[in-house]
Amino acid sequence: MKLNKASLFALIAVLELASDPKQQISTTDIAEKYGISTHHLAKVMRNLVHHGLVQAVRGVGGGYTFSGNLKRTTLLDVIQIFENLESVLDMPNHFVTEGGPIIAELQSITNEIDNLTKVVLETITLETALKSAMLRHPPGSGASGKS
Amino acid sequence: MNNTMVIRDAEKKDLDAVIKIDAEISIDVYGEVVEKTAYWREIFSYYVLREKDKRLFLVAELDGEVAGFIVGEARAWEFGSPLCGWVFAVEVSPGKRTKGAGQRLFKEICGRLRRLGVSTIRTMVDIDNKVTLSFYRSQGMRTGRNIELEMQI
Repeated sequence: MKLNKASLFALIAVLELASDPKQQISTTDIAEKYGISTHHLAKVMRNLVHHGLVQAVRGVGGGYTFSGNLKRTTLLDVIQIFENLESVLDMPNHFVTEGGPIIAELQSITNEIDNLTKVVLETITLETALKSAMLRHPPGSGASGKS
Repeated sequence: MNNTMVIRDAEKKDLDAVIKIDAEISIDVYGEVVEKTAYWREIFSYYVLREKDKRLFLVAELDGEVAGFIVGEARAWEFGSPLCGWVFAVEVSPGKRTKGAGQRLFKEICGRLRRLGVSTIRTMVDIDNKVTLSFYRSQGMRTGRNIELEMQI
């Protein structure tokens, strides 16, 4: 599975902000920490605000804060703001009917893979992802977002 | 209620409470309770009443009432797997959730299985049971090495 950039940036931003819901961070700070495009991230942040996952804080020291539900929001919830994970076979338009059963089988296999992918992403809450991340790199262990 | 929680081995007297909790969450597509009394009697006779050995059936008691339970055992060579722990069921009464019963049960069974020489635990969950899948994931479980396959016959 390859997430599109917007989904990936959204997951990074939401998890970064949710790791400390009291903190306010600017788009530039998040982009710098993870080495990603500020311009692209800014667009993603506007979408996240629209969906209630983050809140824009104006004024000096402004930025964004997490405003979603840590225990209820799943990774799939974030990703589906930016893409759906349905695989589509990239068949040429002159598809002939004799190929039906084979194409149907290939589509069935990709659906099986899609379903498994979705279940994994749908059952990992932001809280669970952050807990696992902390276990991987406990605070003070010197890990950075770029590792 | 002061929410005093005790995790202990299940006893014969807990059978009715276990059946009641399971009935609370075993609702079929028509909204009817799925009758599983015979199943739980059999499980109790195997996991609670007989020599326990490597079989575990634990209950969480919240303010003196059974609020949830977990069932598992250490088994070797099931599906070709060396000794590992299998968790067959974890259930907490819907009205008594969010008080940490599931987490305490899971932690306790992991500790008991570890003392039986187990270093990996496994379970299987219906793909639509997002609550239980999310619970296991929140405890650190990930997709494992075994893939479940099935077909209609």
